[in-house]
Amino acid sequence: MRPIERVNDFVVKFANVNGSGSASANGLFARAVLRMGVPVAARNIFPSNIQGMPTWYEVRIVEAGWRGRRGGVDLAVAMNPETWNGDVAELEPGGYLLYDSTRALTAGRMREDIVLLGVPLTGMCAEMYSDPRQRQLFKNIMYVGALAALLHIEPEVIEKLLAEQYAGERKAPLLDANRAAFRRGHDYVKAELPAIGLRMERRDRVGSRIFVDGNSAAALGAVYGGATVCAWYPITPSTSVAEAFKRYCQKLRVDPATGKNRFAIVQAEDELASIGMVVGAGWNGARAFTATSGPGISLMQEFIGLAYFAEIPAVLIDVQRGSPSTGMPTKTQQADVQSAAYASHGDTKHVLLFPEDPTEAFAMGAQAFDLADRLQTPVFLMLDLDIGMQDWLTEPFAWDDARELDRGKVMTAEELEAGRDFGRYLDVDGDGVPYRTYPGTHAKRGAYFTRGTSKDRYARYTEEGPAYVDNMQRLLRKFETAKELVPAPAIEKAAQPAKAGVLWYGSTGAPMAEALAALERRGIHLDRCRVRAFPFTDAVADFVAAHDRVFVVEQNRDAQLRGMLVNELGIAPEKLVAVLHYDGTPLTSRFVEREIAEKAALFNVVPMKKVAN
Amino acid sequence: MTYLAKPKLHHPSLPRNALGYTRRDYEGPVSTLCAGCGHDSISAAIIQVFFELAIPPHRVAKLSGIGCSSKTPTYFLGQSHGFNTVHGRMPSVLTGANLANRDLVYLGISGDGDSASIGLGQFAHLMRRGVNMTYIVENNGVYGLTKGQFSATADRGSKSKAGYSNEDEPIDLVMLALTLGATFIARGFSGDKAQLVPLIKAAVQHKGAAIIDVVSPCVAFNNHPGSTKSYDYVRAHNETVNFLDYMPERPAIVDEGAPGSVTTVTLHDGGAIRVRRVAADYDPRRKVAVMSYLEAAREAGEVATGLLFLDESVADLHDAQNTVERPLNALADADLVPGSAALARLNAALR
Repeated sequence: MRPIERVNDFVVKFANVNGSGSASANGLFARAVLRMGVPVAARNIFPSNIQGMPTWYEVRIVEAGWRGRRGGVDLAVAMNPETWNGDVAELEPGGYLLYDSTRALTAGRMREDIVLLGVPLTGMCAEMYSDPRQRQLFKNIMYVGALAALLHIEPEVIEKLLAEQYAGERKAPLLDANRAAFRRGHDYVKAELPAIGLRMERRDRVGSRIFVDGNSAAALGAVYGGATVCAWYPITPSTSVAEAFKRYCQKLRVDPATGKNRFAIVQAEDELASIGMVVGAGWNGARAFTATSGPGISLMQEFIGLAYFAEIPAVLIDVQRGSPSTGMPTKTQQADVQSAAYASHGDTKHVLLFPEDPTEAFAMGAQAFDLADRLQTPVFLMLDLDIGMQDWLTEPFAWDDARELDRGKVMTAEELEAGRDFGRYLDVDGDGVPYRTYPGTHAKRGAYFTRGTSKDRYARYTEEGPAYVDNMQRLLRKFETAKELVPAPAIEKAAQPAKAGVLWYGSTGAPMAEALAALERRGIHLDRCRVRAFPFTDAVADFVAAHDRVFVVEQNRDAQLRGMLVNELGIAPEKLVAVLHYDGTPLTSRFVEREIAEKAALFNVVPMKKVAN
Repeated sequence: MTYLAKPKLHHPSLPRNALGYTRRDYEGPVSTLCAGCGHDSISAAIIQVFFELAIPPHRVAKLSGIGCSSKTPTYFLGQSHGFNTVHGRMPSVLTGANLANRDLVYLGISGDGDSASIGLGQFAHLMRRGVNMTYIVENNGVYGLTKGQFSATADRGSKSKAGYSNEDEPIDLVMLALTLGATFIARGFSGDKAQLVPLIKAAVQHKGAAIIDVVSPCVAFNNHPGSTKSYDYVRAHNETVNFLDYMPERPAIVDEGAPGSVTTVTLHDGGAIRVRRVAADYDPRRKVAVMSYLEAAREAGEVATGLLFLDESVADLHDAQNTVERPLNALADADLVPGSAALARLNAALR
């Protein structure tokens, strides 16, 4: 057996019991790696449960900066007896197993091709603490100490992180206790265990990047986008969006003079009420949003249609998950794409934004409100559990202070007074976007009655067919206008001229750069198109037209975005090759590489002899 | 169906209110409901209320769900913004609208199907959140637009026009609102405008969730013998508990009249209502007594009308949310966008 030897490039996986306080210790470990100047890709893998069920945290230490999961585990921290067998089995040959050696392992159940690293965590905690809860909590910090010693993480880095976490006099006793536990674990390893082949070295590869989850980022985007009304109903994995919005608003949106709130947040009785409140607030001129997941989108369908036809700005943050019921909802998917794009009854199409990480979740989170006001329509910010609930190493949030919120076409009291013609559904500018008035603007002009359909250009009731068709055609023109306003795709050429391309969106991007680099090493060169919005802009159509085949990588069973590309752009289906991953786990670069390499051979994307190389 | 505009010309001698508006300024296009529909009487009462209170029509937002009742906002307050929303979901839309701009007067128009059947959930949560609005249920116990099905307020044993008998227990929206924390609860009858107009006036001036359940007979589908929501039935079984006088300004001296028969209640805006009791033992501010009175009236087969419950002590949704005085829809960029310096601090905390 040859133990794995790697510097700044390995995967550590923590196996814990839910509710045992491991999350903060594991987060501490990931931050310590970052403070060593080395990037991480970290992911929680957790069940739908509060306490007592298995939970895992995977930290990929990756100097090259890849953002996805690699696949496989090099060092397992096995703290959950229940999942022991699986955790051991998952280790790469030559991998390392850190375990609690307070009680001897049962003979005969251990792999021969891994390195055992026993630390008597329970025993040492029992000596140091008498309170059962403390014994549990400090066991976590203690294994972080053991890891720091094993992997050569500078102890000062972790001590500084602890000092930041427990700053202030009141928390001083906690700081001391955490430090003591950390040192005990650290010193035990130094004294008792041999050096291992996994090692960290200080680098400067993190730069100004931040470590944050996408739900918080989207919520902060809503603050910067001027949202004042949030109506929501708790649903995993979106709940932390509303909670983060509240946290940020309490920090950033309380009038310092009066102590009063420049925001309102209502936890509604269900998703129907959530979207109803958003529609009411949007109708009345406030920027409003809801955060939900697939089942919530299903419940909101009727209102989404009303908002589309009545042309009311609304922002929906959809943090996608496996559906329905409980269980898979704590797993990630991109399976709401079509139900969001065509949500509701009648002919409807909606604007979707696809951020790839928390940085874009912030930027698009703010932009969604401008788009909703400018286009007077619902806008979906399509996150997923992987972006939303995981901490990502990502570019810092940026804001241009010269930027103004774009309220779109709102006719003012002065314009109405001056006698400007107001027709709520009148296409004045030829872009399909009419003017609106906020209720209460002018004593005699600008009032209108809002309905779904059955109206003419001046919002007067009519059931005449031509008036309906006229309105529907204008809505199509408006959707064309949206193409010019939504984020353009990110297109990148392969290192060599390529006849084939690959297209993806959202969190699927995480392993893509790494997978494409690996494919290049195998002689498979692909041009790249990262779709960032629906409707698809001309650049997306041009990209597909310019290639013989395009692999469309997404995280759902039915190739939902591929179907939309076929239908919306009139593309021959055989041109788009689906690469699908939908078991609920985040996509790995190994999976993408393998799938594309196999399909590339099948479709003659590269000569067979090249693949054979 | 077409949009029927009324002629804009009117007689110069039409009376004007304090704002200089005539009643015509509070009207809408001609109703397309059936001749004799109770709902049109309610629309007329609403027009009278806003005219007499001299509330600028454009400062009213009128919202409704779906159904005959929900069509009526088209037919009054033509200068107000109106919103015909989703069946049973007007309460959430009204709540959101109210959050966006606390300065408008909110009027929710619904029906018994819209509020008690499909919309019971939203009705309940609207009441318990204390949204500042007047919510009028035009209650005829029947679905009109789909031609005569029972709604959830139809009394057990009442007969449909087609001859079927309703075997389900009715939902009493007044009793429900009482248990859910509504702070102004009344019941009226579309056939008694003299009672209805002061009730709506007081509800509009009340700060909080005000609901008026207005029994409003359906001439097409629920005005026959065997119906308990017909004109004849309600007239025969109306148990009036009190009459209101609404006074827009705080009166210097209130003539209490006969002791015990009149109660003056000051509203949040400084105006007052005088409640002239008819039922001697009725006090609309004691919830337990109100409940037992209503239950006794129900047992006796009576329809209790009047101001049934009032609590002026409870805060509304904006108080609970601690929102700024300026409407949220009028906040400027500087009030909303924290800027790049604050963002730099947030970034620093995430490293």
